[in-house]
Amino acid sequence: MAATDVDVFSNEEKRSLNLGGHVGFDSLPDQLVSKSVTQGFCFNILCVGETGIGKSTLMNTLFNTMFENEEASHYQNAVYLRPRTYDLLESNVHLKLTIVDTVGFGDQINKEDSYKPIVDYIDTQFENYLQEELKIKRSLFNYHDTRIHICLYFIAPTGHSLKSLDLVTMKKLDSKVNIIPIIAKADTISKTELNKFKIKIMSELVSNGVQIYQFPTDDEAVSEINASMNALLPFAVVGSVEEVKVGNKTVRARQYPWGIVQVENEIHCDFVKLREMLIRVNMEDLREQTHARHYELYRRCKLEEMGFKDTDPDSQPFSLQETYEAKRKEFLGDLQRKEEEMRQMFVNKVKETEAELKEKERELHDKFEQLKRMHQEEKRKVEEKRRDLEEEMNGFNRKKVAAETLSLSQPLKKDKDKKN
Amino acid sequence: MSSGVSESDLNGEIMELQKNLEGYVGFANLPNQVYRKSVKRGFEFTLMVVGESGLGKSTLINSLFLTELYSPEYPGPSHRIKKTVQVEQSKVLVKEGGVHLLLTIVDTPGFGDAVDNSNCWQPVIDYIDSKFEDYLNAESRVNRRQMPDSRVQCCLYFIAPSGHGLKPLDIEFMKRLHEKVNIIPLIAKADTMTPEECQQFKHQIMKEIQEHKIKIYEFPETDDEEEMKMVRRIKDRLPLAVVGSNTIIEVNGKRVRGRQYPWGVAEVENGEHCDFTILRNMLIRTNMQDLKDVTNNVHYENYRSRKLAAVTYNGMDNNKNKGQLTKPETSDSMSPLAQMEEERRDHVSKMKKMEQEMEQVFEMKVKEKLMKLRDSEAELQRRHEQMKKNLELQHRELEEKRRQLEEEKNTWEAQQRILEQQKLDASRTLEKNKKKKIF
Repeated sequence: MAATDVDVFSNEEKRSLNLGGHVGFDSLPDQLVSKSVTQGFCFNILCVGETGIGKSTLMNTLFNTMFENEEASHYQNAVYLRPRTYDLLESNVHLKLTIVDTVGFGDQINKEDSYKPIVDYIDTQFENYLQEELKIKRSLFNYHDTRIHICLYFIAPTGHSLKSLDLVTMKKLDSKVNIIPIIAKADTISKTELNKFKIKIMSELVSNGVQIYQFPTDDEAVSEINASMNALLPFAVVGSVEEVKVGNKTVRARQYPWGIVQVENEIHCDFVKLREMLIRVNMEDLREQTHARHYELYRRCKLEEMGFKDTDPDSQPFSLQETYEAKRKEFLGDLQRKEEEMRQMFVNKVKETEAELKEKERELHDKFEQLKRMHQEEKRKVEEKRRDLEEEMNGFNRKKVAAETLSLSQPLKKDKDKKN
Repeated sequence: MSSGVSESDLNGEIMELQKNLEGYVGFANLPNQVYRKSVKRGFEFTLMVVGESGLGKSTLINSLFLTELYSPEYPGPSHRIKKTVQVEQSKVLVKEGGVHLLLTIVDTPGFGDAVDNSNCWQPVIDYIDSKFEDYLNAESRVNRRQMPDSRVQCCLYFIAPSGHGLKPLDIEFMKRLHEKVNIIPLIAKADTMTPEECQQFKHQIMKEIQEHKIKIYEFPETDDEEEMKMVRRIKDRLPLAVVGSNTIIEVNGKRVRGRQYPWGVAEVENGEHCDFTILRNMLIRTNMQDLKDVTNNVHYENYRSRKLAAVTYNGMDNNKNKGQLTKPETSDSMSPLAQMEEERRDHVSKMKKMEQEMEQVFEMKVKEKLMKLRDSEAELQRRHEQMKKNLELQHRELEEKRRQLEEEKNTWEAQQRILEQQKLDASRTLEKNKKKKIF
């Protein structure tokens, strides 16, 4: 789907020429249309609203079908999104419709994070498309586009004002998706209350800076009807799949003791207006806005996050290849650096510990030396003692020997004396 | 009004369920919305004409678009020949039935006119590639708003009506460009051949095109039987033999475009005279959008994937030098960004593992060292104990010996004293005896 804009070439010389007959390129729009009809269309609706507010009923009413849906309980721990895809056919137009339901919205006691699963889901669809777009071998023309084209925000018919959950959620969503706020179960509000309610809601949205979807007024064919519808937002809708006989017709309606609320009666509710705007007039514009605005914003933010930027328009033209290469070099350098850092950290750790251990070793060595000296000292003492003892022993032995020799010689003397 | 609904279960598989759409929902209006928006946006088309000079290219373009695209002020390529082959473009804005068309005609003055025409296709290839590159860059910008599409969506290749077959230059050109642009070969100045000659010529050309495996633009298949019949009839008449004319002549009361000869008028829009009408219908009235789609979905994507694969291949080369793992099989199905992401994840896990390993080795070494120290300490302690015991033993020994010595000494001294006493007694007795003797 290459976006083309004729005014882009205004800086080049363009000659306007007159045709001398019927060339036939006025069939170009038909060629384009027949191509897209053959391919089939894709449309994705996100319904955000409390449990039991009438989301499934409204979808059934809008598309005249009973989409299979179990009723959700009020006891979900957290909000989760439930997408369902259907293949619809009308005349020769194939529509791949995906309806995404927010299950459990508004049921928790703490609703601070209720918007997160919704934002995550929308971002995931953008991310999937972006990944496909960035692939080397890609097939965009038969890619199943799951990006949300429209978010129908169901407002509870309190008659007073928006709930803070509503404001918080819509503020988080308004830059990511086209939002159309609708007042659900509008058959519980009277006409006068309804007008006041609508005015209050719109002023609250404006004062909180919530950007809701504006039906486009730039195409003369539809600008009038779109402008008038813009003034009637938010639409007050009633949904019903039950048929009631009114007069001699059978219409979809809700039967009360006090009367019958007819879904397709414009006096009773704005259902017809919603269907007209959403499906019959602006479906294509919703798809375009999603692609050209919301997706581009997501893509720009994502790429900037990853560090891509456009070079100056005046300098060398931006080359994807160079950017990828540069990015890659940077990235690999980064990895390399991290590796080096880790290694370095380890080297330091090892050095530190080595020093510690060396210190311990040294202490041990010193201790060893000290003990050795002690031993030497003791040994010396013992040696001294031994020497002393030995000396004594020797002295004593000498004494003994001397005494012996003396006593030996003495008896001789005695004998000598006796002889005399 | 046929209607049906099929539903997909949680796994996303589509099951066929026939349901009735009661009443009119209204999305059948989508095509009208698309129609409206496309008319508002306007259309553009880039057409390239290639062929030797004098083959009637400018005249044909003027005839096709019924306008003075080429005129004395804006001369055709044959009048603008320079020394080398040029690739030049001119843009015109035309309107019909509320539909705006910005038509870019790209021509190649000098193509095939030199004596040595080697590589005269190169400027053409370079031009087409540069337009692809411009589009790729515009598409890859972070801030992208208007994406001007100047990619060449169709190339009319003019074959000289020699009557025999394709020239080597024709074959060479088509072989080199058939995978970059939709080629529609045309036999120029078809009014120089009789129908039989033309038929033979066409047959020969198609044979040669098939022999050389040249892929010329193919008409899309349709489910419609009627349309398929027409498509097949056109296929039999390829390549189209055309005649162009800037002059309007009166024939049988009708004003027609044609070429006046002494022997008659060759009418441009007469299906029996030439295939011009078929060309115009096919090029402009039925297949213009398809030409754009094929350029966008096939030729451009080929260029893009080749260009981006070269980038990642270079990156992978760097990786190989650093000794890291690469995954060449999956690079085709992933975008470079996703690839980098995967590489980053791989690296993180590798680093973790490396860190763990290093930690392990470190711990082990430290433990070893500590154990060694402890062992030395224990050893030391043991030895110290041993020595102490030893010394104590020696001490005790010495003490024992000393005690013994003392004992011995005491005993001996006691003995000596007794002996001494005896001696003393003996000597005293002797003295006494001596004294007695004297008297």
